[in-house]
Amino acid sequence: MIARHISLLFDGFAYGMLLFVLSVGLSVTLGMMNFVNLAHGTFAMIGGYTTVMLMRSAGWPFFATLPVAFIGAAAASVVLERVLYRRLYRASDLDQSLLTIGIVFVSIAAAAYVFGTGQQPVQLPGYLRGRIEFGDFSFGLYRMFLVASALVITGLLVLGLEYTRFGARVRACVDNQRMARGLGLNVDAVFSITFALGSGLAGLGGALGIEIVGLDPNFAFKYLVYMLIVVAVGGLASIRGAFVTAAMLGVIDIVSKYYVPEIGAFVLYFVMVSFLVWRPAGLFARRT
Amino acid sequence: MSVTAAPAIGTFNPRDLLRAQVKWRHLETLFWLATLLPFLVAPSYLVLGSQIAIAALFALSLDLIVGYSGLVSLGHAAFFGFGAYTAGLLAKAGWGEPITGLMAAAIAAMVLGYLTSFIIVRISHFALIMVTLGLCLLLYEVANKAHWLTGGDDGLQGVRMWPLLDMFRFDLYGRTAYAYSLVVLFGSFLILRRLINSPFGLSLRGIRENARRMPAIGSPSSNRIRTVYIISGTFAGIAGGLLAQTTEFVALDALSFQRSAEILVMLVLGGAGRLYGGLVGALIFIVARDQLADMNPQYWYFWLGLLLIAVIVFLPNGILGGCARLLARWRRRA
Repeated sequence: MIARHISLLFDGFAYGMLLFVLSVGLSVTLGMMNFVNLAHGTFAMIGGYTTVMLMRSAGWPFFATLPVAFIGAAAASVVLERVLYRRLYRASDLDQSLLTIGIVFVSIAAAAYVFGTGQQPVQLPGYLRGRIEFGDFSFGLYRMFLVASALVITGLLVLGLEYTRFGARVRACVDNQRMARGLGLNVDAVFSITFALGSGLAGLGGALGIEIVGLDPNFAFKYLVYMLIVVAVGGLASIRGAFVTAAMLGVIDIVSKYYVPEIGAFVLYFVMVSFLVWRPAGLFARRT
Repeated sequence: MSVTAAPAIGTFNPRDLLRAQVKWRHLETLFWLATLLPFLVAPSYLVLGSQIAIAALFALSLDLIVGYSGLVSLGHAAFFGFGAYTAGLLAKAGWGEPITGLMAAAIAAMVLGYLTSFIIVRISHFALIMVTLGLCLLLYEVANKAHWLTGGDDGLQGVRMWPLLDMFRFDLYGRTAYAYSLVVLFGSFLILRRLINSPFGLSLRGIRENARRMPAIGSPSSNRIRTVYIISGTFAGIAGGLLAQTTEFVALDALSFQRSAEILVMLVLGGAGRLYGGLVGALIFIVARDQLADMNPQYWYFWLGLLLIAVIVFLPNGILGGCARLLARWRRRA
């Protein structure tokens, strides 16, 4: 009995880690430029489809496709940033939301046109399938791999932000964009790179997530809400906030759907609204 | 915006400014007369017409908070759906009188607006977008899971309306439905037009321009925001009630995020913050959807997305804003 609860908690945590990889980029870019980017899920979807295509038509192994998913999503984000986003940095929340919703609509329709509306499964390598048993406990191998990857990514992000020159620039731009500009930092360039990295991570998350949450053209919309919850509740530009919130969200979602399926996602939204009313800037806000 | 150039400070009287805006223009009269045309020239499109009128009312209500007060809501469908379910459930329970049913929808949405307004004034920017979205998703989940009451996914069936005013039955061709929706739309429009061109309306525009400075000149921002949020929710509830009554059905979709996003798109397409923006946007949006969606709903989203991107990038004030700019340029040249 206890063992089943633990396994369930672990599943929730693994799901949360996936959400973390998907949304951490959005958190940092939103915190830096205050740009409401609702198209973040589109980049995750690009990563997912890259992996599916490479495995299916080119016969690449799963692991080899992951860096390409990262690069593909990052490259797409650079193009969009240059062509569209840049024009609206000083526009209102409303214009930014609508522009990016427009991008989501286009990407959903394009994905449905190219890949069809069905789910796109992937064939995982054999050593990632199956479960490991520790006495009573049983953990999915792929979920363990997911948690390990997310922890490595978190470590790299924290190290990169705290101990590199570029990380210091990012922190400066988040904390006070105008001051950073005044000191001669090229905020736009820092933002472009951060944006590309964050979108790349989303692409990686999209590829890693196929096994857990599936991949279909509506992905960009379906998981947008989860990403936004992670960012809003965690607090803008806070890696710690995104990590804790994503883990919490994953556990709450899995556990509530398991024990009280009759109220479904209600618990999740309720928790989100209460947290936001309690702490409008997020739990771990860098700024208030 | 459309505020005319203020005369020298000494002679400036804000009431003159408001009075000038309240005056009806010929173009407006023409616009409302044109809404009667479908009865004569396109009787087969009356059903579509009532859909347009309902969406126009919904967009108009959203314009109050998005266009005039500068708050973004991604969850306005909460009021729309709440009104729709209220009117639908009332009719299903045996009271099918349309006008009192519509009032009940309005009151229900008003109460919902009152309750949520306490939350809304405390937050802003990104958190506000998320909370409005979250509240809408919450209601959606409640309606989805309360299958015994709302029919869940299958929608609310068995709504039977009595004839309007005991005289006009809701027929298959949508004649009564269109006339009814149009009258409600026009009545609501008159009320909201008056509201916008009042000192209260001016204070809303002040909040949009600078919410922190308004209290300094004696206008309490958060009270104004609460009031306008409740009013906006009420009219959105009326629009929802209209939809439930004229179609005698409530789909779960009335509470969905897509509905909130669509209405925002209509408003911005037409031009936010200019009353007619929502009406024109709803007209163009629904006619375009009717024409394009026949192909395939997926393609429709493609064109909708492109249109949205184009409007935001090239026509920041919507179609009406673009027209106004062209007109101004033409006048200057003439």
